[in-house]
Amino acid sequence: MTTPVLEIRNVSKSFPGVKALDDVSFAINKGEVVGLIGENGAGKSTLLKVLNGIYQPDQGSIFVDGHPVTITSPRHAFDSGIAMVFQEQSVLPTLTVAENIFLGREEEFLRFGLLSKKRMNAAATKELAKVHLSVNPAMRCGDLSFADRQMVEIAKALSLDTRIKGHVTILLDEPTSVLEKREADLLFSIVRDLKSRASFVFISHRLEEVLEISDRVYVLRDGKSVKELESRDATVKDLHQLMVGRQLHHEYYREARQAVPSATTVLEVQSLTKSGSFSNISFALHEGEVLGIAGVIGSGREDLARCLAGHTPFDSGSLKVKGEQVHFSAAYDATAKGVGLVPAERKVEGLVAPFTVAENMTLAALPKFVSGFRIRFADENAVARQWIERLSIKTPSTATMVGSLSGGNQQKVVLAKWRIAGVNILILDHPTRGIDVGAKEDVYELIRDMTAEGLAVILLGDTLEEVIGLSNRVLVMRDGEVTATFEAAPGNKPAQVDLVSHMV
Amino acid sequence: MYQMFLGGALRVKAAALAGGAWSKQWRRWAPVAVLVGLCIIIGLFNPNFFGGANFVRMLNTAAIPLVICMGVTFVILMGSIDLSAEGVIAICAVAASMLVANDFTGIAIGLFSVPAAILIGSLVGLLNGFIHVKFRIPSFMTTLGMGFAGIGLATAILGGVMVRISDSSFRDYLSLGRVFDIPAAVYIAGVAVIVAYVIQERTRIGRWVYAIGTDEATARNAGIPVDRTRIIVFGIAGAFYGLAGALSAAQIGRGHALISQDRLFTAITAIVVGGTALSGGVGSVLNSVIGVFIVIVLTNGMVLMGIEPYVQKGVQGLLIIAAVALALDRSRLDVVK
Repeated sequence: MTTPVLEIRNVSKSFPGVKALDDVSFAINKGEVVGLIGENGAGKSTLLKVLNGIYQPDQGSIFVDGHPVTITSPRHAFDSGIAMVFQEQSVLPTLTVAENIFLGREEEFLRFGLLSKKRMNAAATKELAKVHLSVNPAMRCGDLSFADRQMVEIAKALSLDTRIKGHVTILLDEPTSVLEKREADLLFSIVRDLKSRASFVFISHRLEEVLEISDRVYVLRDGKSVKELESRDATVKDLHQLMVGRQLHHEYYREARQAVPSATTVLEVQSLTKSGSFSNISFALHEGEVLGIAGVIGSGREDLARCLAGHTPFDSGSLKVKGEQVHFSAAYDATAKGVGLVPAERKVEGLVAPFTVAENMTLAALPKFVSGFRIRFADENAVARQWIERLSIKTPSTATMVGSLSGGNQQKVVLAKWRIAGVNILILDHPTRGIDVGAKEDVYELIRDMTAEGLAVILLGDTLEEVIGLSNRVLVMRDGEVTATFEAAPGNKPAQVDLVSHMV
Repeated sequence: MYQMFLGGALRVKAAALAGGAWSKQWRRWAPVAVLVGLCIIIGLFNPNFFGGANFVRMLNTAAIPLVICMGVTFVILMGSIDLSAEGVIAICAVAASMLVANDFTGIAIGLFSVPAAILIGSLVGLLNGFIHVKFRIPSFMTTLGMGFAGIGLATAILGGVMVRISDSSFRDYLSLGRVFDIPAAVYIAGVAVIVAYVIQERTRIGRWVYAIGTDEATARNAGIPVDRTRIIVFGIAGAFYGLAGALSAAQIGRGHALISQDRLFTAITAIVVGGTALSGGVGSVLNSVIGVFIVIVLTNGMVLMGIEPYVQKGVQGLLIIAAVALALDRSRLDVVK
């Protein structure tokens, strides 16, 4: 067996509250295209970032051509023959195409300390020809179309091929998700052309594409590499099954306590559309119901959640709260109508970290605690104490800075804030992200408590399992549209595989 | 269908881009249009505005602000701010006046005082950058503090008096002497603009300034030595202040601590009016040249029209707000702080 060009052995990487990579081994041979698939949060992007030197592994080692290496930075990775096309575009809009392609590697165009734009543009033209992109290299990237910028990004990574002697590896993190079919096909033909010189790691949610382009596929789940298989032996259905893996734990999600929603509609959404994010979304939410929304990153569900909570406007369609037509121009309009959002970015959007527990809890309902110009601190504290007890929040006092609490307790403070504000429609965007298992169960318990009291919940879960386990009904979204709706009564939950096939 | 996985900011940017090439072209050329418009309006009120003598006067007034702006622009393009100009200029002007023939020290090194002033300026600038980067203190506070410290130091050295320069060739070569009836200071400012433009367009530092100002994380990922670049850029800015200090001393023939009063406000106004974004990444030293002339023409015009000095200052203040309103594409900002 030949030495792999790039190999990692037993690599682990943890972030606070989550083990992103758990003892993962992975190898790629000369001229090979390796697919990497898994659910959101399975660890794919983390793995690429370790290979690209953005993250340092906690344990394990990386080998290039059989030699152990420590990759300290993306630049170091590049010099070792590894380049990456980022999932979030890293093309700078204020620089020209040529400047972007050679950013941080301008040495070869220097003469007496001055850059030769002419030579740089000429070299860029060559790189652009590889991706069949005919734009002026002196054009600013901000003036290019989105797909063209993606091609520039790819050209930037491919420029490695002419700059490094020896074999190179190019990491492609969802390169096709912004490309039209024609452009994606072009990318694949480029990849095939370059196979004699380069190896590729390819991440995509589009499993057909992964099978089409890859020689081998690794399946990641919960930070572990669960399966390695030859593409020709695999089907999309196999991959779905492997991505999802285990069975549901009924107890875990308190299914026995799942409320039967009343017939009263609290929120009605009609043909809601926001261009570029989602289109033609319609559903009704009932008292005591948990409505799950499943979808991969980019399905538009996060945008939908933000629209429903008044954080961003929608373009067309209608929104009714308890039968009343509403138009939210800001989040406080939504709060006034009883709609609250628990955002995924808890620390940034959900809490004011240097405020106390009590201050955070009353933030959305402060007028209730004000007489004249004076805040009635005694009342504020009394209410805060009441909720601390009710939600069993672990905090030394109501005056503790909320930033010093654990993730799970912080999340409870956010929930308390909305309950105090009298919200009865709660949108939970990844409510259990980054909190430990015990705290997750507490949050699930709380969701059941709230629905029992008649609250309606829209849930964008952290995992598919969570969405299915907690919801009465699940909407599945793909590319901004609802592709399926599943009933999820206790004991009769849909299988993850069924959902996945409508997600990707 | 696309822009699926992007964060909010980028997505809004993409939408804004689709929003019309016309408004973008307007933003690019607005400062020039404003300058031309101002000249026409003022010329209509007072035809003397277009006289050759008035032009030379305006060029001369613009010289020192131009040199200062060349320095500040780089820092702003990088997304930081430099408020130390007045203090650094004071130190350098006092140093320069003490190094040429004067009534305070016995030193008289003539024109060598110019590189000395530039060196002192760049050292203070590097110190700005070093403190800002290594101790992670926001550039706003670092440079504000350094600016006051500079003025304090200059005052302390002089004990409240001023240094009189008796070296007339120093004053001639740097400021007063005329070639084709245009003062030397104007030519020096012209050279400073060219040097700044070459740094911006033809060096790695220039390129990296834009990259850092646009998106520091991406710049870091691309392998750019971000911290070192930041420090160097503050040093470059300091060098321009050093030159401005020498020019100031030569212009008035004295060195004292308050020599650069009000210079900072004029410089920041000019840069913003010229269309360089305070958020970094957008703009150019050439924008700042236009900006300086907008401010100078406006001031000159108001003098010609007989407007009170206090009112003039007020107009300058309103101008800076109006310029931001015109030039900034606020639609793509999520949060305005």
